[in-house]
Amino acid sequence: MELAISVIVGLMILGALYAIHAKDLLSAVIASGIVGYGLVICFLLLKAPDLAIVQIVVETITLIIMVAVVFDSSREESFSKPDTQGYVSAITAVFLIIVLFYFFKISVSALDVFGESTLRMAGPYIEGATEKTGSANLVTGVVFDFRGYDTLGEATVLVTAVLGVLTILRLKGKK
Amino acid sequence: MKGMTLIVKKTTQLIAGMVFMYGIYIIVHGHLTPGGGFAGGVVIAGSFILLILAFGSDFLNLVKEESGSTLYENLAILVVLFLAVSGLLFGTRVFFLNWFPKGTVGQLVSAGMLPLYNIFVGIEVAASILTIFLALIIFKEEISE
Repeated sequence: MELAISVIVGLMILGALYAIHAKDLLSAVIASGIVGYGLVICFLLLKAPDLAIVQIVVETITLIIMVAVVFDSSREESFSKPDTQGYVSAITAVFLIIVLFYFFKISVSALDVFGESTLRMAGPYIEGATEKTGSANLVTGVVFDFRGYDTLGEATVLVTAVLGVLTILRLKGKK
Repeated sequence: MKGMTLIVKKTTQLIAGMVFMYGIYIIVHGHLTPGGGFAGGVVIAGSFILLILAFGSDFLNLVKEESGSTLYENLAILVVLFLAVSGLLFGTRVFFLNWFPKGTVGQLVSAGMLPLYNIFVGIEVAASILTIFLALIIFKEEISE
């Protein structure tokens, strides 16, 4: 299974690289879809069908909106000559990558094996969850019962995002 | 935005209802099978988006649709809050207390308040995503006028 996930992650990296370098913006959008749909297969292989359902539908809707945006504007990527600010940004990005890679190299030896959780709360959550919540699906039991605050926060974030979108996109006042 | 060809319209007529039903199934069985409010809500919003894309924007009254979905979204999050607060009134008086009778594990009506949370969060997610999509379409049509 680790081999399959490695192959899919490699494909996702290739798709992301192609999306950066593609001349045509439509093919760049389609190539960035590889990342999302590859993630769906990774979720399925890691036995998380809850996340896979959400990811596949959200990815499709996002892709539809991006394709509509590309059709509405130009399909050519516009280049401009880099000025001083561009060089400063590029140097900062390279510096950030070096720093992050350095600390990743230090911390990777202290990490656990992939898939083994170190969370202290993970065991008690799993043990008596079905009796405590009465829910056959463990994920729903944790999401809506033990971690109710988190779910309420997520739902509130979604409402706030919609309010922001409506505020920005409203040209005429509502009658 | 114009609609698509006859083939796409016919296929959408056949499929959109089933997608909608699948979303409702995922929400209602959220405490039994994988899925839940978030996943099912996104699927329901997807069925509406499929209809709008296939039949064009003049098939539905978009502004009326948008005000309706905004209303449902805000009402649903309010109901979720009320359900959470209702835990403060019964039993050990804790926020998000699951005070309904639990029933037997595996039945459709079981798990206390979890199905109610699933249903209302599902309505909220579906209405939110539909509202964002409708706002984008209405914005584009207002600009092109």
